Amino acid sequence: MIEIRIHGRGGQGNVVAAYLLATAAFEAGLYCQAFPAFGAERRGAPVVAFVRIGKQKILRRNEVKEPAFLIIQDPTLLHEKGLTTGLMKGGGILVNTKLTSGDISAAHGEEMIALPATGMAVEAVGRPVPNVALLSAFLSLTGIVPHTALRKALSGRFKGEVLDKNLNLVEMAAKAVDKGLWKEVAHAASA
Amino acid sequence: MRQALEGSQAIAQAVSRCRPGVVAAYPITPQTHIVENISKLVADGDLKTELVSVESEFSAASVVLGSACAGSRSYTASSSQGIMLMSEVLYNISGLRVPVVLTCANRAVGAPLSIWNDHQDSMAVRDSGWIQLYCVDNQEAVDTTIQAFRISEETEIPVMVCMDGFILTHTLEVVDIPDQALVDKYLPPFAFKRILDPKQPISIGTLVAPDFFAEVRHSQHQAMLKSEKAIIEADRDWKKLTRRGYGGLLSEKGPKDAKVGVMTLGSIGGTLAEALDTQPPRRKTKLINLRCFRPLPVAAIQKACEGLTDLIVAERAISPGLGGIVGNEIRAALAGMKKAPKVHNVAVGLGGRDVPLETLNDLVDWAKTAPDTSFSVFDAKLDKLPKEDR
Repeated sequence: MIEIRIHGRGGQGNVVAAYLLATAAFEAGLYCQAFPAFGAERRGAPVVAFVRIGKQKILRRNEVKEPAFLIIQDPTLLHEKGLTTGLMKGGGILVNTKLTSGDISAAHGEEMIALPATGMAVEAVGRPVPNVALLSAFLSLTGIVPHTALRKALSGRFKGEVLDKNLNLVEMAAKAVDKGLWKEVAHAASA
Repeated sequence: MRQALEGSQAIAQAVSRCRPGVVAAYPITPQTHIVENISKLVADGDLKTELVSVESEFSAASVVLGSACAGSRSYTASSSQGIMLMSEVLYNISGLRVPVVLTCANRAVGAPLSIWNDHQDSMAVRDSGWIQLYCVDNQEAVDTTIQAFRISEETEIPVMVCMDGFILTHTLEVVDIPDQALVDKYLPPFAFKRILDPKQPISIGTLVAPDFFAEVRHSQHQAMLKSEKAIIEADRDWKKLTRRGYGGLLSEKGPKDAKVGVMTLGSIGGTLAEALDTQPPRRKTKLINLRCFRPLPVAAIQKACEGLTDLIVAERAISPGLGGIVGNEIRAALAGMKKAPKVHNVAVGLGGRDVPLETLNDLVDWAKTAPDTSFSVFDAKLDKLPKEDR
């Protein structure tokens, strides 16, 4: 079973990101679980959501404390103490930032992969919502679920022009990271 | 059809498959998405029902009481303070022996204000005369909702389906929503003998003087005790159709010769089940998931406890000044049983406190050595409190 923690701010589509990733896993024939850890429900407040993906039915319902992967929707959250706490040894961090992977890693003293997801979303969809681009990049990095499954998950949520724009965004973001870079980590986590 | 759905969405679908004539509810976190999704089904034309927007939970409960009496299958849902506000009407619904189904998206009761999960709300109305069924996961919540209509209409006792707020209501997972034809086969159209019919006028809710009140309560209690059969059969028949059953009143997991038992209600059962598989305690331990809390299935509980030396009741509610609510009921239920296990009682996961996998081993270890096993809030960190409050 692979456990993922998604950090973002209220209004960035954090819960939607978790639901989309889990739905994509379902579309790929896997078991999934996604749930938010709601705090104060207001725009801009730090929010966390959890995703579990596995080959067998998932029974546990506790919060994800030792994720294999972190998806950070807002780079300013990296200044919060303990954000990366519990990340599995060798686990991956994907950050929405304009900086390069090298620069963001150097700035925080931890290996991270950067994706300018907000910019991509503005370009492709016209809205600064980074979640879909991050998910697409995440699937490229890990290979845990094919992009076709994410497309299916998106078509369950969006229609018409909005869907088409999001599918373009999936294409754009999928190519922006090293395909299969985290494949072994994902494999080890799911074993 | 198998789908990846948020728990609330799944419940809305399940309710819709039961063809309710009337749905009345007032939104409250974490129940809101259930009502939202039912409203959407109605707006999209996928569910034909009289959806009544009300100004409070008191009215929501009153509407479904009236609509069931008028001959419509009726449904409502609430949480926490909403259940509190309904409580007067809940007693009326059960006392008048009117079939209604209610989803309680379990949430703590303030103060202190908390939107997160525990079972204080449904426990606060445990004596209201409603059948209470607690669900471990969203599939069980879907299946139990459908079973609940059948149980309620067969027994003329209202049924409260309890599902953990956020932990189930806001969790997206794989759920099989049964086909309409299958539900139609399982659940006959709403039939209630004592409906308000101008051709055969009756009064419902009249004053009952002391010469008959005791008899009404006696018969209500007897009906509750007898409803065990309907609950078991509803689950058994559902299993025949879907291959999914939940043990009727309770379910057990673990070695038959276990000496230690851990009893829980609701979604904690999932986390502890995984813990039992992946990190089993050194002392042979089994889990008892109490699905049916009202009626309290005393015989089934005694049977499940046979051979145990220790039973840990871990519950998500508290009766300040007494301790555990479920735990003390279980102590009473086991009284008189030959070789009854020692009952250790704790509250865990109050107000949304996370219940990690390690809880199973922690509980079993604690039960072995704790000097006072009468009751404790197991996961309270006492060093956060001033000395005099510990």
